[in-house]
Amino acid sequence: MEKQRLTVINTPVHNIDGIAKITGGAEYTFDVNLPNMLYGKILRSPYAHARILNIDTRNAESLTGVKGIVTGKDTIGVKQGIWRRFKELCDEEILARDIVRYIGEPVAAVAAVDEDTAEEALDLIEVEYEPLPAVYEPLDAIKEGAPQLHEHAERNINVTRHIEWGDVDEAFLKADHVREDWFRCSSQAHVCMETHSAVASFSKDKKLTVWTTTQSHYYIQVLLAWTLGLRENDVRVLSRYTGGGFGSKFELDSAQFCSSLLSMKLFKPVKIILTREEEFMATKRRTAMFYYLRTGVKKDGSFVAKEARVFTEGGAYTAMGATALYLTGFFQAFPYVWPSYRYDGYRVYTNTTPASAMRGFGAPQATYCAETQIDLLADDLGIDYIDIRRKNAMYAGYVVPGQAKIQSCGLMECLDKIDNWIKKRGKLPKDHGIGIAAYGFMSGGIFNWFDTPYAFSSAVVQINIDGKVDLYIGSQDMGQGSNTTMAMICAEELGVKVEDIRLHMGDTDKCPVDLGAWGSRETLMQGNAVKMAAADAKKQIIEFASAKLSPNIVYDLDIKEQWVHLVSRPERGLSYFDVVKEAIRGKEGQTIIGRGHYTPHRKGMISPAYSFGVQAVETHVDPETGKISLKNCITAHDCGKVINPIGVEGQLEGAIAMAAGYGFTEDLPMEDGKIMNPNLVDYKVLRTTEMPETEVIEVETYEPEGPFGAKEAGEGLTNPTAGALSNAIYHAAGVSIKELPFTPEKILEALREKEEKKKKKKKKK
Amino acid sequence: MEKQLLHITVNNEYHELYIKPKKLLVEVIRDELGLTGTKRGCNTGACCACTVILNGVAVKSCSVLAMQADGCNVITVESLAASGELVPLQKSFLDHGAFQCGFCTSGMLMSATALLNDNPKPTVPQIKEAMHGNICRCTGYNSIIRAIKAVADGKYKEGK
Repeated sequence: MEKQRLTVINTPVHNIDGIAKITGGAEYTFDVNLPNMLYGKILRSPYAHARILNIDTRNAESLTGVKGIVTGKDTIGVKQGIWRRFKELCDEEILARDIVRYIGEPVAAVAAVDEDTAEEALDLIEVEYEPLPAVYEPLDAIKEGAPQLHEHAERNINVTRHIEWGDVDEAFLKADHVREDWFRCSSQAHVCMETHSAVASFSKDKKLTVWTTTQSHYYIQVLLAWTLGLRENDVRVLSRYTGGGFGSKFELDSAQFCSSLLSMKLFKPVKIILTREEEFMATKRRTAMFYYLRTGVKKDGSFVAKEARVFTEGGAYTAMGATALYLTGFFQAFPYVWPSYRYDGYRVYTNTTPASAMRGFGAPQATYCAETQIDLLADDLGIDYIDIRRKNAMYAGYVVPGQAKIQSCGLMECLDKIDNWIKKRGKLPKDHGIGIAAYGFMSGGIFNWFDTPYAFSSAVVQINIDGKVDLYIGSQDMGQGSNTTMAMICAEELGVKVEDIRLHMGDTDKCPVDLGAWGSRETLMQGNAVKMAAADAKKQIIEFASAKLSPNIVYDLDIKEQWVHLVSRPERGLSYFDVVKEAIRGKEGQTIIGRGHYTPHRKGMISPAYSFGVQAVETHVDPETGKISLKNCITAHDCGKVINPIGVEGQLEGAIAMAAGYGFTEDLPMEDGKIMNPNLVDYKVLRTTEMPETEVIEVETYEPEGPFGAKEAGEGLTNPTAGALSNAIYHAAGVSIKELPFTPEKILEALREKEEKKKKKKKKK
Repeated sequence: MEKQLLHITVNNEYHELYIKPKKLLVEVIRDELGLTGTKRGCNTGACCACTVILNGVAVKSCSVLAMQADGCNVITVESLAASGELVPLQKSFLDHGAFQCGFCTSGMLMSATALLNDNPKPTVPQIKEAMHGNICRCTGYNSIIRAIKAVADGKYKEGK
């Protein structure tokens, strides 16, 4: 690979939306106000499972200030979903017509002159329910005779997934040591600071415009058109700023659907902002999983066979949860070489809030179980924790049988860096422990269950007479910084500066299609499309420059820092601005337009590229209270070529906060399907004082499939922390906790059990 | 409910407004005055996204009735960079990448401004303590702490 001279990539660049965000000027959906706008509220089911017998809205309609009410009867009755290729997986009506299947499921929506009136009207809607038997736990729901949620799903089995390679049974026979463990991975709430919201406006020419906080404008456009009976391109979805996503904002939600339906009825704009309580009760959440792992190893620590069986608590509908089932199976075998592997996953319908995508998408669960078990295996065999991982680590060129090809992989170097850090840290204070976890993640999914006929990502570049570049992309920046990344990729490829780029995104009327910001897609997929569009435009500039410079044919031209020049004689060149002017003149006054697109072909089953890393967490466990506190968190990380160091560091630290929360403070306890802590006081996200010191060590690799060698850099960082924390507790206190989160109660209980075992042993002696 | 007259100075501009007495300060700031830089993350005083400075003290504007602020002085995020020039704290936030989605940022800037007004040289534990109520789901806080500390350490001077 020839080393490219880079002038933009890998330099710290300020977030291009930064000034808007730090001056209060960024307009979120929450801030959109239109003339004659009404405010909507949603009535939700208090039952986990019930038949709707009747909805009487007359009293509510007669309340002064109420302008309209919609129920399931006002819909065209589409059961929608993200897995559109499979009809039976499209199982969710946004407004229930007949049966409600979880507490919080929408049954009616009101539009009124203000929020208070709409709220008051909700109390006046009379819904007659016939309660039905409900089931809340996946292991109960698969039993014969359990209440069934959907007619098509016997024993409530929603989706199954099987992955297998090698001869697993044969391999187990050859193993020197086999261990079995059960784990329980809890659920987690996304807690975007901007709750789900939408402002919908339906005009009399039958065009629907929806401002909404989303990770995928395109998905919402398609899903709204489908469920409302409109033509796709008569629906315009827009928003530049999204106040957090983390996986919760690319499925159709109740704010989007109900505001649209109300606006179509009333021909007035309707705004719906979910309350924080609704956000907890009735938007999607991380998938809770029961994990069985049986693992066979050789005496020297070589991995031989692994069998994983998973039951996920799916909640009432499929959502994007089917993908979590798929990905947790793949990432259970990551980032190691397993000669044989068998995975059977079952997604089970339960009468709970649907579980779906959340940052890591099934991989944090997989990594927690796998990495916890690896330390236990290492202890069984008396092997060092780093060595057992080194022995089995994935490497560049490795092919995951039938699944994926690893083209770049810095895992071994990451292990070395973390090993060095642990050695340097030396002797730990009392009750401290360091745990490690290795991880990897995809750079965008290859699968097309949504059934899009478009390229996965597209981009258009337009160069104007003053050299300013309009970059049109379809991807969404929900905070992860992809707008800046795309501007940087465009500037680098075109040979201009970031301030020369004017970025257009967040509007389905104006921007080309991209599938959205999920599954760590953007850097690689949208990035490749942007690079291609910029290269297309650059080629046109160079054609003109070439005619002007008339170099010997053996010379090639490039643009760097606004200078169009001969690559081997950079002093011979022309100003980018001058060439652009002449080129546009030469095109009879038309601007220069470049087009780019990206769809992965022949890249395996999962993703074109994978990030890797190793994280070490140092924690203190108080043996009296069982309370843990994080001290240090060091991550050696291979995300290929780092595009923006400010962005990558931010992604890493943010992921630690979210993933540590998953490890020890965050949970969604339920009673009979009702979430018991739907507020920010009882649901404990990490605060400033709980964050450990963080340090990141970049291990640079070059990913041939990524733009400038880059790959995934944000989502995968959520994967290791719960596992590393689990191991840190194990090494600090000698107890392995097999159920997330690691609450003081669980740790104390485990410590008590450990003491009792010790006593029994003494007695026997 | 009869409307009442509210006298309030926001970002050095004096306003007289007739409002329902149940209106929250955040509602008046956003809906009556159109200053949408102040956000609302929970409406129950648990996230501090709506923090403004009321008579010099950082408060959650979703937990204050507007009428309680009658005759008071309120500072919101829009007061920073009023001249078009970023203030040191904003410059530092930009350099340190101390925001991602940006929805909590106005509240962060207000809490930090109040802290630095009170204590221009806070230590890291003091910064963490002062910012403890502000939830950020994106950054993991450390970049925010570093940004505030850099200002406290004098790395950003006004007008520089």
